[in-house]
Amino acid sequence: MATDPRRQAPRPGFVLNVDRQTPPILFHHGDNFRLEKLPADRSRVIYPAEPLPGLPDPEGSIRDALLNPIDDDPLPSLLKPGMKLTIAFDDLSLPLPSMRKPDIRQRIIEQVLDMAAAAGVDDVHLIAALALHRRMTEDELRHALGDRVYDAFAPQGALYNHDAEDPDGMVELGLTRHDEQVTMNKRAAESDLVVYVNLNIVSMDGGWKSTATGLSGYSGIRHHHNVATMRESKSFMDRHSSELHHSNWRQGEVIKNHGPRIFQIETTINNNTFGYDGPLSVLQKREWEWTARDRATFMGMKKGLDVMPSGARRQIFNSWKAPYELTSVQAGNVESVHEVTLEHCFKQHLVPVDGQTDILTFGLPYICPYNVNSVMNPILVMCLGLGYFFNMYRGKPLVREGGVLIMSHPTPWEFHPVHHPSYIDFFEQLLAETTDPIELERKYEKQFAEDEWYIHLYRTSYAYHGVHPFYMWYWGAHALQWLGRVIIVGGHPRSVRRLGFQPASTMQDALEMASDVVGSSPSITHLHNPPILMADVT
Amino acid sequence: MIRENLSGKRIAVTGSTGFLGTALVERFLRTVPDCDLVLIVRPGRRGAQNRVNRDILKNDAFDRLRNEYATDPVSAGGLDDETFDEMCERRIFAIEGDVGQDGLGLDDNGLTLMATVDIAVHSAATVSFDSALDDAVQVNLLGPGRVAAVLRAAAAARTEPTSGGLGPGEPAYLVAVSTCYVAGSRRGNAPEQMVQDSPFFVEVDWRAEVDNAFQARKDTEQASRTPERLRELEAEATQILGAAGTPLIAERVENLRQKWVGDRMTQSGRARASSLGFPDAYAFTKALGERSLCETRAGVPIAIVRPSIIESALAEPVPGWIRGFRMAEPVIAAYARGLLKEFPGVPEGVVDVIPVDLVVATILATAARGPHVDPDTGDHQPDIIQIASGAANPFKYGQLVDLVRAYFTEHPVYDEKNQPISVPEWSFPGRGRVNRQLSRAQFALNASERILDALPLRGKQAEVGAGLEQRKELLERASGYVELYGAYTECEAIYQLERMYSLWNSLSEADQRDFNMDPCSIDWKVYAHDIQLPSTVKQARLKMSPSRGPSVDRNERLRKNVLSPDRHLAVFDLENTLIASNVVASYSWLATRRLDTPDRVRFTLKTIREAPTLWSLDRADRSDFLRYFYRRFEDAPIEQLQADSAEMLSDLLMTKSFPAAIRRVREHRALGHRTLLITGALDLVVEPLRPLFDDIVAAEMSTSNGTYDGQLTAVPPTGEARYSTLADYATEHGLDLRESVAYADSSSDLPMLEAVGFPVAVNAETKLAAIARRRGWLIEHWSTSAGAPNRVIPIGPRTLRGPLRKQRAG
Repeated sequence: MATDPRRQAPRPGFVLNVDRQTPPILFHHGDNFRLEKLPADRSRVIYPAEPLPGLPDPEGSIRDALLNPIDDDPLPSLLKPGMKLTIAFDDLSLPLPSMRKPDIRQRIIEQVLDMAAAAGVDDVHLIAALALHRRMTEDELRHALGDRVYDAFAPQGALYNHDAEDPDGMVELGLTRHDEQVTMNKRAAESDLVVYVNLNIVSMDGGWKSTATGLSGYSGIRHHHNVATMRESKSFMDRHSSELHHSNWRQGEVIKNHGPRIFQIETTINNNTFGYDGPLSVLQKREWEWTARDRATFMGMKKGLDVMPSGARRQIFNSWKAPYELTSVQAGNVESVHEVTLEHCFKQHLVPVDGQTDILTFGLPYICPYNVNSVMNPILVMCLGLGYFFNMYRGKPLVREGGVLIMSHPTPWEFHPVHHPSYIDFFEQLLAETTDPIELERKYEKQFAEDEWYIHLYRTSYAYHGVHPFYMWYWGAHALQWLGRVIIVGGHPRSVRRLGFQPASTMQDALEMASDVVGSSPSITHLHNPPILMADVT
Repeated sequence: MIRENLSGKRIAVTGSTGFLGTALVERFLRTVPDCDLVLIVRPGRRGAQNRVNRDILKNDAFDRLRNEYATDPVSAGGLDDETFDEMCERRIFAIEGDVGQDGLGLDDNGLTLMATVDIAVHSAATVSFDSALDDAVQVNLLGPGRVAAVLRAAAAARTEPTSGGLGPGEPAYLVAVSTCYVAGSRRGNAPEQMVQDSPFFVEVDWRAEVDNAFQARKDTEQASRTPERLRELEAEATQILGAAGTPLIAERVENLRQKWVGDRMTQSGRARASSLGFPDAYAFTKALGERSLCETRAGVPIAIVRPSIIESALAEPVPGWIRGFRMAEPVIAAYARGLLKEFPGVPEGVVDVIPVDLVVATILATAARGPHVDPDTGDHQPDIIQIASGAANPFKYGQLVDLVRAYFTEHPVYDEKNQPISVPEWSFPGRGRVNRQLSRAQFALNASERILDALPLRGKQAEVGAGLEQRKELLERASGYVELYGAYTECEAIYQLERMYSLWNSLSEADQRDFNMDPCSIDWKVYAHDIQLPSTVKQARLKMSPSRGPSVDRNERLRKNVLSPDRHLAVFDLENTLIASNVVASYSWLATRRLDTPDRVRFTLKTIREAPTLWSLDRADRSDFLRYFYRRFEDAPIEQLQADSAEMLSDLLMTKSFPAAIRRVREHRALGHRTLLITGALDLVVEPLRPLFDDIVAAEMSTSNGTYDGQLTAVPPTGEARYSTLADYATEHGLDLRESVAYADSSSDLPMLEAVGFPVAVNAETKLAAIARRRGWLIEHWSTSAGAPNRVIPIGPRTLRGPLRKQRAG
């Protein structure tokens, strides 16, 4: 396959103007798909760039990055016998979907550990920097780090999940110039060196957000995970226009001055989410280029999925491991490293788009950062659509202010009882009362955040923190304010209404329903995501 | 004539708490302003006077007179500025007495007061058509004679003349209320004559009937205590309650035994009555009661008033007034609800009903006229007056059915889904056919119930069972009506009214206006549509408009009660109340966690093989089951189990949890209620749930050398032990169980559920669902989260840290 021209000369992202000849367009639809014919002459489809070529020698590139860091000393020179070393790494929420073994984290950490061993460092802890996410299970840790690392560290308790609610496990590092608290995992804070291993799948990830958020707790995170900040992050995918990131960077300054020394390692991966061949490869091809075989594969797959029970569909998709390839790795100073990372990210994701649209459409896939090996519940549907996908822009939103968002997802009234217990109560109780993020934040955030039972489940079970569903809702706050209407095609009517959106059974109906907001002949733009793309709107 | 003759008299009334009696008291008070009343009422807990105030004067029959007194006491017949209550106090004397006892059980004071009585109206009777034979004998057969005896004794004890002028030794005049049906089941005319004068009367010795009735009670009591019978009853109680524990089952067995005796005695009554040509024990005992009264009256002047079926008032005190749910109402209500699709009877048959005010007027007129004196001998002759409608103004069964049908077609009753119920057209089948239909339906229901019962159903599916149960109950009631009243619809006797009419004709015009007793004055259509049916609808509380669904309302209301800040303790069961799992599942999870694959397969197969045994053991007695089952933990290392159980929180407990249940626990805590988990599960299993509750009571195993020994340290908190655990807990914390809420899923939790003021049946199994529905408890259907991993067999995810037990699978 190395000779496949697509791998050597990938085509950039592309905007297609829909005409009568354009075949129906693929919409992700949870753990299934839809093909929708978009109105000719006023619709356009934005396609992601094809996967950039992966680095030919990942191990070598990693080693090179560690030995030649940006604005920092080579890693081996920072490692001394008797020192306290903490390796923090991105949790389960990255990448999406999980990647095939060996995971990049494993590759990097193995090399860091080799260097530490060579330098005679024996006090090493590995911490999954999951902030208020759920703990990773043994299987998940083994997948991310490999059995060798796991078996060497987990049994003696040197490999574990960050616990933001451990009363003895967190320290205060101080206040930012905006009086934002900065808290950090105690072990990390007291280390002589923290090596943070990032998997930067989108431009939101990495930088100071890794340590300031990933190793922090509610008292630190609440300063930027709130409605006001998220409404000022336009978008949160664009680090330099994102209040979310500004706040994290301020907290980073406090870490720089009062916290441990950070050695940041960031990595980017290409768009090879579904593979060049295999059953899902059709998902990263452009519809008019589908071969007869692609079409047959797709139709067969769809027919199969249609008759499968939802549990079985979920299992099939959750077992998919993406054949991502490493496209860059850089290490050293947090800020300098992150700028390089952003360049690599944008190179893969950015697609120039000319002007806004009346109606933005996209299909939501089966996965988002918070339901790996779990269930995509209605709140996550909201967050993925109005949070992540809506914010996949630089410059200005793809859809005009007051425009309509039509997304496609079955939105079943389903929750994972272990992973999302506070989501269930948020959905059943709070959303029944209001969907206004400001009111939810004001009336209920603290109560959920400090709830003993949720804290107990976060610490001892595999539950997202009690406050997490609020963050999901805040993630969509910018979009909620911006949009005139949100319609979910094929969504379970009751859950869609509970979210405050409108259900439509077909795309036709949805367009009809949108017409009282945007008129009868609106412009339509379809974001053909995933694989990931980010619109550079001018 | 009536008012004048009764004025200044003192009148004793028995049965004044009944339908007819209440109407009598009201009529006397209202229309004869200067008579006194002596009411002989059965002693209640609160004394005679209190019963009169509560059970008689509170009745809406007195609203009219009460209002008249409120506006103008003098024109209402009272004194200046007198209130209704003051008037009652002045004119009513209550004494304790019981027609079921010799001498009416009167004390000396009672007898002294009876000595001042001029007229006695005996209206006390067991009118219930299904009363036990011996009860009916006591009241209906022996009652009239006892009243006559008391009047004789009172006359003998009299020293001064009564206000009506009776001297010492002169017995008061007794007007005894009987029934037209003493004529027996027959066709054709039934004149106003003594029962024994009828050519169809089968001569029996009433004294022998009395003795035999009492003997029958003794025999039946004895028969109910044979080992075979008691075994059957115990089986039946277990069938109803399931594994509810010995005390509750024992209580139920005794209830069932008493019911069995009662039913047998009812059957005996009906059988004896029918063997002598009477429709039921009521008519039979009343007939012999008349005979015994005539035989034993010894100088007491008597009149016997025989009404047919007494129904709601035509005009007095207000049209439609009725007390209690009488004969026709339940049948009509059942028909309106679409339950009773057929009722036996012939369309040409006469339904002999008579409005209560006509009966009351007849009694007053009979009392006012005084005893009938034989012109030749000067003796008091027993006088017999029938008051019925069949002879003068017959109301045909076919006409009744048409009127009822038309009424409920125009004013349909709504079902719980707010749909109007369309009433069926009756085809006037014979009684046999209806009975066959009903018993076929009953048989089918019983069979499906038995099947459902044998299945491990819960929640919504169990509700189907509970629905069946309800359906069965209604059917039972319907067939009860057919059995009870069917004989009456087939009784085609025409009750003659000669004496009634001669009495009527002797009345002045004013009396005829104020004391209407003429059946010809009834317009049946008006009576049915404007008086009787609206009153039935009200009495039966039929749902006549499509309101919001009552079941929804009810649950919301109950939920609000449960979540009121006034409650202070909420106690929860674990299995199937908070989580969809059980001790077998948690054991399997723990036991397999450290097994390799072949051992897991062996373990699973073994557990599946054992399942039926375990299940039936569990159904029989939960504590025994737990004790038996927990032996499996023998030699299990404590530390390892505790570590594994922490992991089980996620993999089993939370996965199988009902989020709504957990939310409910937390709602109770937020309201400041104490929350308590009482479970037969092991303490180590529920330990991770501790932050959810204020306290947890669970089964504990004893330990030795770092391992469990498989023995419980105390009786596991299930069944009645669960109740006593709860009771002890409440006492210890100064909590009132009446202000407490309990959540449970199974009939074995009945002792606990019954102990609290606010029981909640969660995902109830069939038996509990039926019980909860009947008692109006809150029923919650909580389910596991849609999206929860669906695992059929609870197998612990493998861990590489060594087996749970070294030796073998489990």
